[in-house]
Amino acid sequence: MTTHRHGVIWRALEAIGLSGALARWDESPYWFRRAVAPVLIAAIVIGLAWLAGVPPSLALLIMLAITYALYVMPRRWRRVVMPATALALAIAYPLYLDKLFAIPVFKSFPTMDTMVVMAIFTLMAIGLNIVVGYAGLLDLGYVAFYALGAYGAAWFASNHFSQVDIDVASIGRIEGVAGIHISIWAVLLIAAFIAAFAGVLIGLPTLRLRGDYLAIVTLGFGEILPQIARNGDEEGLGFNLTNGPPGINPIDPPGFGSFLGDIGLPANFLLEQGTYVNFPNLIYWGAIGLVLITVFCSLRLRDSRLGRAWIAIREDETAAAAMGVPLMRTKTWAYACGAFFGGAAGAWFATFNQGVFPDNFFFNLSVFILCMVILGGMGNVWGVIVGACFLVYLDKEGLSNIASWFNENVLPCDPVAANPSNAVSAGCVNAPLLAFGIYGTIIVLVMLFRPQGMFPEERRKLEFEHGVRDEPLYDIQHDEHLETEPH
Amino acid sequence: MVSETYAHVLTARRRISELFTPVVGLSLVGLVLVWLAVNLVQDPDGFFRVMSIGITNGALYALVALGYTLVYGILELINFAHGDVFMLGGMFAATVILDMFALSEDPSTGSLIAAILVALAVAMLACGLINVTVEAIAYRPLRRAPRLAALITAIGMSFILQDVGLIWKGSETVALPKAFPDGKIFTIGTCPDCVTYTWDRLFVLVITVPVLLALVWLVRYTRQGKAMRATAQDREAAAMMGINVNRTISFTFLIAGGLAGAAGVVFAFYFTTVRFDTGFTLGLIAFTAAVLGGIGNLPGAVLGAVIIGLIQAFNEGLSWMAPGPSWTQSIVFGILILILVFRPQGILGEQTPEGA
Repeated sequence: MTTHRHGVIWRALEAIGLSGALARWDESPYWFRRAVAPVLIAAIVIGLAWLAGVPPSLALLIMLAITYALYVMPRRWRRVVMPATALALAIAYPLYLDKLFAIPVFKSFPTMDTMVVMAIFTLMAIGLNIVVGYAGLLDLGYVAFYALGAYGAAWFASNHFSQVDIDVASIGRIEGVAGIHISIWAVLLIAAFIAAFAGVLIGLPTLRLRGDYLAIVTLGFGEILPQIARNGDEEGLGFNLTNGPPGINPIDPPGFGSFLGDIGLPANFLLEQGTYVNFPNLIYWGAIGLVLITVFCSLRLRDSRLGRAWIAIREDETAAAAMGVPLMRTKTWAYACGAFFGGAAGAWFATFNQGVFPDNFFFNLSVFILCMVILGGMGNVWGVIVGACFLVYLDKEGLSNIASWFNENVLPCDPVAANPSNAVSAGCVNAPLLAFGIYGTIIVLVMLFRPQGMFPEERRKLEFEHGVRDEPLYDIQHDEHLETEPH
Repeated sequence: MVSETYAHVLTARRRISELFTPVVGLSLVGLVLVWLAVNLVQDPDGFFRVMSIGITNGALYALVALGYTLVYGILELINFAHGDVFMLGGMFAATVILDMFALSEDPSTGSLIAAILVALAVAMLACGLINVTVEAIAYRPLRRAPRLAALITAIGMSFILQDVGLIWKGSETVALPKAFPDGKIFTIGTCPDCVTYTWDRLFVLVITVPVLLALVWLVRYTRQGKAMRATAQDREAAAMMGINVNRTISFTFLIAGGLAGAAGVVFAFYFTTVRFDTGFTLGLIAFTAAVLGGIGNLPGAVLGAVIIGLIQAFNEGLSWMAPGPSWTQSIVFGILILILVFRPQGILGEQTPEGA
């Protein structure tokens, strides 16, 4: 037929005596010719996987088939089909989790608890992406909004304020115990609005500052709020706001109550048919729903007038102001929007934990979320989602799995002699202790070698390549006459 | 048209803030002064006892704060990893105390002084070199990148250095012997209500003050110091005048690291504990001190450090209406936020390249 087929393979086949191989190939039916390459590749991949310790299974075959289908698909379809497939796989994850296979080094696929945390941190990473990625403001205290959301859920859906007895469509409250019990769906919104309000409060006095000062101030708020949570009991504050170090629990579980429950929706996530069996799955699906809403809002916000104003400010504050973009209002909106999703994530996390504990909120968490945004690609929602999933997986399971593989195969470990407070002792690597250094390394490497992140947003990439005018418009030099002494 | 109205709003807002700032700011300062005065009248001995603790802490903070201010002055970078360099200085001191000299409680004067000198030499040199390395690896390639990129990298470096300390000494607190003598130098009044000044506090000043004076001499009166000031004012012009800018910046990081190392030694001897995360909190306190005094301003850093040290000691030690140690961090950050809102250039005025 065509000459380009007379390649190395055909000539080699001729040489070993199979003359006429090309002719027979051309005579074979079309479906056969199309199928040979993928089947060969699949066989090689399955063989390699088998060598590496993954025996062939239905799950592996399906995974290969999906990957191949996505690969051969026209680009235009893939743009739609790929997110849809990812979403379908994520939603169905609890159903096929027990049919999955073990992988070498990383061991098992993430458990449901990890998946819930993954979804919640994805929510937060998308929220922080609005502040850091869209508006270009560095927020080192994002954990404060997360904490506020969690405490919001604790205040409005538990028996903490037992002085009053308010009940708005609550689910699963313990009979005969007073307190504010509001339906968790409303509490999600309330908590998100509390966080957004706090974002505005924090933003108003401080957004005038230049970027690095702003970062430190947000860090300060991120340290102050958890300390208030720790000290906020009778002893420290005069009245019991946060119940101090023990935290507040239990928090009412989410659910749809008896009315919607009758048409098949779960009435109470915690006590589905009197068992705890479905709790993580239901919380997980709820979190996926929240992520979907957040992604939608985030994308619509980005393309809105406000979102374009954020990008304008990020690229050149002076030019944006000259074009009539109100700097303070736009930045405050960025803070409020970012905080809103952080608050919702905190509330959902609190219901997952069925309680809120002040030690869950510390500075490192803010940097952890920041690391997700930086690794994924500032400004790109899809990249940020991948970054969040990857880092939460590393944090919850990946690092300890890798470390235990390392201890079994590379560096022999003597668990009896090992000191649990040492990062490396008697050959044992204690990965959870080292975790934040690893995230720090990721941050430094990304900033040095690929500042636009793994999945860069086109515009952000150009900014990093060509630079931006990130001189602040309102700075102390413009505001005041400095009385500096001459050198 | 739009920007015109906006400018109008801005002027109005500025006028309000011009009134608002001094009134609220000064009344806050006034409240603090009243609180201090009441405490002084109620319990004068306790007040002075707490004050001597505060000045000692302040001297220690000054060493760290100067490192922040030096680096900020020359690069306009908040060197987030500086606190962790300080922590490594403490770790070096711990190694010298425990492994080289095997000091115990109340060592002989000779071995104590030898240990202090060796620890200072080792920690200052090592921390200086660590700081220079961090600059060369992590900050120099980002000198033309957006300003926040370098800050984010500095945060990453901070976590890396914490892990270095963690791998080196473990996650538990490294406990050290109380090597400084803690006998009383002088006592005022009759005990137990007495004001005492102890040797260990004097030792802190004996180490800190000469280091501070040496720094002032270096920056003000040497050629290298002149090069540092020139680079801080205008990097390009300094380069045109034949100053090797990269070397000057490296030298600044060396000095800053050396100061952090000295602070680590003082901390290890005085507080007798070091842990891998010691540097984070203390670093932020010291940064607050640098901002309070006016970042980039060397005397300002010392002044701010002493004030922060005093406030912290007053908060933790005074008897009347003091919030207590569990609120220290909130108070320090509260001060940081208030300064940045009301007087971002600090007490003595900021001296950054543009501001100087």
